Amino acid sequence: MTGKPILEVKGLHKRFGDHHVLKGIDFTVEPGERVAIIGGSGSGKSTFLRCMNFMETLSEGEIWLDGTRIGVEKKGTVTYPEKQLCQVRERLGMVFQQFNLFPHMSVLNNVMEGLVTVQGKSKPEARRIAEAELAKVGLSEKHDAWPGRLSGGQQQRVAIARALSMQPEILLFDEPTSSLDPELVGEVLRVIKQLAEEGRTMLLVTHELGFAYHFATKVIFLAEGVFHEVGTPDEILKHPKQARTQDFLRRFGEFAF
Amino acid sequence: MDYSWDFGPVLERFDMLALGLLNTVKIAAVSIVLGVLVGLVLAMMRLSTRKWLNIPSLVFIEFYRNTPPIVHFFWFFYALPVMLAVSLDPYVAAVLALSTQSGAFYAEVFRGGIVSIERGQWEGGRALGMTHSALMRRVIVPQAIARMVPPFIERSFELLKTTALASTLAYADLLYQAMMVNAETFRPLEVYTTIALMYLVLLVTASQFARLAEARLTAYQ
Repeated sequence: MTGKPILEVKGLHKRFGDHHVLKGIDFTVEPGERVAIIGGSGSGKSTFLRCMNFMETLSEGEIWLDGTRIGVEKKGTVTYPEKQLCQVRERLGMVFQQFNLFPHMSVLNNVMEGLVTVQGKSKPEARRIAEAELAKVGLSEKHDAWPGRLSGGQQQRVAIARALSMQPEILLFDEPTSSLDPELVGEVLRVIKQLAEEGRTMLLVTHELGFAYHFATKVIFLAEGVFHEVGTPDEILKHPKQARTQDFLRRFGEFAF
Repeated sequence: MDYSWDFGPVLERFDMLALGLLNTVKIAAVSIVLGVLVGLVLAMMRLSTRKWLNIPSLVFIEFYRNTPPIVHFFWFFYALPVMLAVSLDPYVAAVLALSTQSGAFYAEVFRGGIVSIERGQWEGGRALGMTHSALMRRVIVPQAIARMVPPFIERSFELLKTTALASTLAYADLLYQAMMVNAETFRPLEVYTTIALMYLVLLVTASQFARLAEARLTAYQ
């Protein structure tokens, strides 16, 4: 793929105290790319994803969105004004491992919340959009339910609808199926697959290697805070060159492509 | 026991007790409202990362937690006027004592409610592009309120009972009025039994309303 990158990361470092989690990452995403990020637990793959929309502050490095550097540099120190971060986060939809739905709002209101509070849309308009997004994830009949009454798979689909409602340019998935019972994983992956078919730009941190193989246009194996190996799903998941990648895949055992 | 009960003289002066009850309710209501305001300010100061806001609030709260309530009443009635060179009405002094005491405790209730909200809720809102204030208003505070309700009610009941200390400043609350009735009737057993029952009815009634409010605010849980 060639073209102007929509997202660019330069020299990203992240430290939690003395713990150096990300050790200098350079990365670009072009529109329509679907990147799967895999790696062992504690490899920093979630932290990396969370840096993209500033859920984590960067210790070092730059993030460029659509040709614009995020942050304001003044005399060598970079600050991140709240207003700018809010705009960036609006453009990068995020889906969390633990769903993070608002338990005190109905399903419909969860999806309407950002439209009304952040985008300032009227309630009827927000409702129309929210209903369409919920229909898309197959939850039209759950409008009035409390999130706490839904299964994990349904909650995650509401969370995806909530993220989609904002019309994000990029979707970030942080282990979206890791906290689900095995029989509920499929319904969430089906929704993500459907989004892939629409040509959306997506970053997915996952342990579902079989899904990553079919889903991604690019796979990144993250280890020790660096991109250890990057390539097509076939290159990384079937014919890894690095010993460490091979080890990791072997520990995962057989998985069906 | 060959004591012969006679509520007659007490019931003849029931209007005095009713006035006392009214004054008790009045001072409790005013002190709860003011206490909430004091508590909100203290809680916001405590939640701040700025030390010059955080530390004074902590000192205030710890002071009230570690001193007896009656000392606050005496301090506002006898000590503060010396400092200000004005005399304070018993009602004003009692309201000051009650609302600062309850404010210190409400502050911890409010702060506790806010910090009990999981990190994921903050992240869920932030990821949508919500500003800190929108996130507070729409996501954090509504959930925190539901968790604050039970301890808030408990603190308010504590305050309602503490109003009896205002009688030591000669504020005409229920206990003070009972002392007046007792002085006229010499029937302490009947007088204090009557007002104990009046306090009981007041608190039980209030707890019924509290339970309704609690059920409404925590419906989603």
